[in-house]
Amino acid sequence: MTPAGRLMLLKPSAMIGLFLVAGWLLVAAFAPWLAPFDPLASLTPLASPGARAPGGGTFWLGTDLLGRDILSRVIYGARPVVGLSVLATSTAYLVGVSAGLAAGYFKGATDAILSFLASVVLSFPVLVLYIVVIVALGASYANVVLAVTFGSAPAIFRIVRAIALDIAGRDYVAASQAQGERAHRILIQDILPNAAPPLLVDYCLRIGYSAITIGALGFLGLGLPPPTPDWGGMVAEGRAMALAFPHLVIFPCLAISSLVVGLSLLADGLNAEGRRG
Amino acid sequence: MRETLTDLARRAGGLALTMLVVSFLVFLTLELNVEGVAVKVLGQFSTPDQRHAWLSENGYLDPFAIRYLRWLADFVRGHWGTSTYYHEDILKLILPRLGASAILAGGALLVMIPMSLILGVAAGAKEGSALDRSISLVSIVTTSIPEFATAVFLSAVFVIGLGWLPGVSTMAAGLSLRELILPVSVLALASTGYIARMTRASMAEVMAQPYIRMARLKGASPARIILGHALRNALITPVTVIMLQIPWILSGVMVVEVFFAYRGFGTLLYQASLNADVYLVEACAMVSVLAVVVSQTIADLIYVRLDPRLAPGGGRHS
Repeated sequence: MTPAGRLMLLKPSAMIGLFLVAGWLLVAAFAPWLAPFDPLASLTPLASPGARAPGGGTFWLGTDLLGRDILSRVIYGARPVVGLSVLATSTAYLVGVSAGLAAGYFKGATDAILSFLASVVLSFPVLVLYIVVIVALGASYANVVLAVTFGSAPAIFRIVRAIALDIAGRDYVAASQAQGERAHRILIQDILPNAAPPLLVDYCLRIGYSAITIGALGFLGLGLPPPTPDWGGMVAEGRAMALAFPHLVIFPCLAISSLVVGLSLLADGLNAEGRRG
Repeated sequence: MRETLTDLARRAGGLALTMLVVSFLVFLTLELNVEGVAVKVLGQFSTPDQRHAWLSENGYLDPFAIRYLRWLADFVRGHWGTSTYYHEDILKLILPRLGASAILAGGALLVMIPMSLILGVAAGAKEGSALDRSISLVSIVTTSIPEFATAVFLSAVFVIGLGWLPGVSTMAAGLSLRELILPVSVLALASTGYIARMTRASMAEVMAQPYIRMARLKGASPARIILGHALRNALITPVTVIMLQIPWILSGVMVVEVFFAYRGFGTLLYQASLNADVYLVEACAMVSVLAVVVSQTIADLIYVRLDPRLAPGGGRHS
């Protein structure tokens, strides 16, 4: 069955997940066309949701302390959160999958060393790991990606290693070895495709985790440098005045929650689909 | 008995080795660049001469390996240095904060464990039922919402909307249960769903076993089947999973403490990182990794205890 055909069979909750994820991807891609205002322009400070803008138009979600339109900031904020979590999860996959394949296929010392390193990194609470990296290297896009890669790769490594160990013992791998195939071809052609379905589910879930931690870093003020609209950072800025102006913090929280809930529902649906088919 | 002792020794060795490597990585990451350390300790506006004098005075011009060993020896003996931001001895600074965070995390576990086990057992006892599907859906949603967002939503309802609870938990007038409710709820909400799902999967698996079908055929009541036959085997996985959740809870504790201005270990590490307080970050990192490693070792031991097949030396309890 085609991938599109499989998606049609997803249960309703997974369809909602797919809808949310696709929606945020489109918002991130088309932010400049969707946002009604410039996300950095100071217009009317602390306008309530639905207030009229001075130059025409409406602040549907209100404005923040500096008079910036919250809807536009939420729309633009999708870019760093979606972009960085996808990018960081993908680099984590690159590291985790190659190390996992190598450990599961070569076994022995390679496996022992890589497994030990993975367990060492996994013994850090993930935020503590990020903080150590960011205190040492400073807050920037690249360092956020580096920290997330470092934090996620060991878990991916463990999944891939277990699958590779299982598959490396099978007859068709032995057949390829007997034909004199090179190790990296066996890993890529024979072993990796078998690992794909569980990894797809994990990939969806993990993008969600990365979004949560990138949001948390933004909330702690350790993520992206300020004028960039990012959802966690918006909550941090609005927190002091949230009692009087809850709209400052509610909407960015709804944005990040709906993105991660969407990813989790989608992952859950793909998982159920994989077990059934 | 001897197997248990060698097993314990092996685990303790593994724990020590992990801590050793972690300490090396932490030290390498934060103190390889000595100029950077001098800037962080003396501030942005120190002159190069001042930095150089400070570096040579504090032994920073020695080779890296010697500095690491000296630091490690100090650390093991409890000499964790002085915080550059708080100007206090780090060990004295950390201990009360750890206690405060333990209250928070303990409260969260106290709410989370019974809730997640009850929900998970209820869902898994009848796989595919409406109750099962709604519990699963709610679990997915609650675990997907970041802690700071849960904190915002709960505050919007209970602080701004209803006015029932305080919005900050500074504990200014001593320990207050009312101030603990929101932070504990946020932490519990973030993890309950995950453990409930694990319990559900484990319960559903046990309920499909032949011995449960046998009990049902003998006419045992559903309550007797669940409590008398299924529960013990179904709880092996969740009990371990709860211990393995501890690193996640620790990350959550930090966000929640900062959100509610709770003076615990998390806010301490947060302040340390904002102020580039290198020694404090090092000590906090070591303490939190130690907490994780110890809890995971305990999880292993519980797992072996509950599932005698895994005990060293095979089948019997030792």
